[in-house]
Amino acid sequence: MEPNNLCTVERRGRVHLITLTGAGEHRLSPALLSAIRSAVAASAGAGALVLSAEGKFFSNGFDQAWARTAPLHLHSTMDGGFRALVADLLELPMPTVAAVTGHAAAAGCALALAHDSVVMRGSRGFLFMSEVHAGIKIVDFLAELMREKVPDAVNRRDLLLRGDKMSAAEAVRRGIVDKAIDGGVEDVVNAAVAEAEKLAARGWDGEVVAEIRKAVWPKVWDKAKDYGADAPAAARPRL
Amino acid sequence: MCTLEQRGRVFVLTLTGDGEHRLGHPLIASLRSAVASVAAAAASAGPGTALVTVAEGRFFSNGLDIGWAGTSRPRLQELVDALRPLAADLLALPMPTVAAVTGHASAGGFLLALCHDYRVMRADRGVLYMSEIDIGLPLPPYFVAMFRAKITAANALRDVLLRGRKLRAAEAKEMGIVDAVCPGPAETAAEAIKLAEQLAARKWDGGVYASIRMSIFPEACKSVGIVEESDEEKRKHFASRL
Repeated sequence: MEPNNLCTVERRGRVHLITLTGAGEHRLSPALLSAIRSAVAASAGAGALVLSAEGKFFSNGFDQAWARTAPLHLHSTMDGGFRALVADLLELPMPTVAAVTGHAAAAGCALALAHDSVVMRGSRGFLFMSEVHAGIKIVDFLAELMREKVPDAVNRRDLLLRGDKMSAAEAVRRGIVDKAIDGGVEDVVNAAVAEAEKLAARGWDGEVVAEIRKAVWPKVWDKAKDYGADAPAAARPRL
Repeated sequence: MCTLEQRGRVFVLTLTGDGEHRLGHPLIASLRSAVASVAAAAASAGPGTALVTVAEGRFFSNGLDIGWAGTSRPRLQELVDALRPLAADLLALPMPTVAAVTGHASAGGFLLALCHDYRVMRADRGVLYMSEIDIGLPLPPYFVAMFRAKITAANALRDVLLRGRKLRAAEAKEMGIVDAVCPGPAETAAEAIKLAEQLAARKWDGGVYASIRMSIFPEACKSVGIVEESDEEKRKHFASRL
């Protein structure tokens, strides 16, 4: 993959770890989305994937500043890029874990939930569907992803319609994320990598993982599938 | 039949009188008219309003006026058809909505409560009850869509629709159907208004709020005839605010 200063990749055992770099908000601009997609594509041969971030933010959502300067007909490239990334994650032939190391807002929150498992920093950071406060309507794909991953009516209302800032403890209590991890960013990353390593150790056939995952989230897959990578399928991982 | 008042940023819609507040043509029409006034007033009031629906007497609403319908299936269908746009008006309302369930809410009355974003209910008397299974009436499709949208735990949905379980406030809260429980009707109304004031104070853009409500309950909204905006329209709205 082309080197970039937006995210890094490394292997830790069987785990392909992607880190959004720098102390910024990791806004999902077309450029960052493209960089993450390249990083995801580079996971071929790994047993599991982790997406994490440096700094105070996991991701603060779409790059609205970019949208403000870009012509309207290009806005769909950001939505399209997000859909493509989610398609790539949904058809990835290995388990995926989001390490929510900091604030995950709007599309950043949705990106975290697009993973199979979510571990979240306990001491700082919120899940935050900020759109209602910012006065931004939620495009259909983003809404579909949130609906499939947050099926409970009260949780949906509180997270999206009331725009609650949900701490890790609250999100675990509500069944929205899997684990809250004490400590700092590195502790969350280590916990996510450990979780991913455990999943990799199950020795699942990667193609079957992808097929079952798409069957479990059929509505969001249906809306994502035409956007995904045209890259050749990853080699079946020998786990 | 119903009155509407404005208390600061909160609109209070009251089903008046001691009766069952049966949803017949007159009450449905009054309610639609009141809700339309609320929507219009909100447009001029700007962001930061909310609606509370409350009832006087022992009933929130005991459902459609099946007494008026009698044995006439066409009449019953008329009432089912008349209630649907009221449900749509509430689901499309550009502000947060709170139902103060101050008495029994049964069948169409339970539906009416569910059409609100939040529910506060009195603990001392009154039940939420879908009577259709017990009286042998099938459920209109939009009723089912609403219940499936708002009651997502499978056994809760089964208990309410398929077993005709009568829910007191405490159980309803445990099942996630009611948000807060208060001792009696006065406290329930007060708590509902307080919640509405807190929600109004967030000063959410009403159009965006209604749009997001549609995003989280699309099947229910579609079932009552609301058409969701396209992504293109949503992006244009975003661009227009830049």
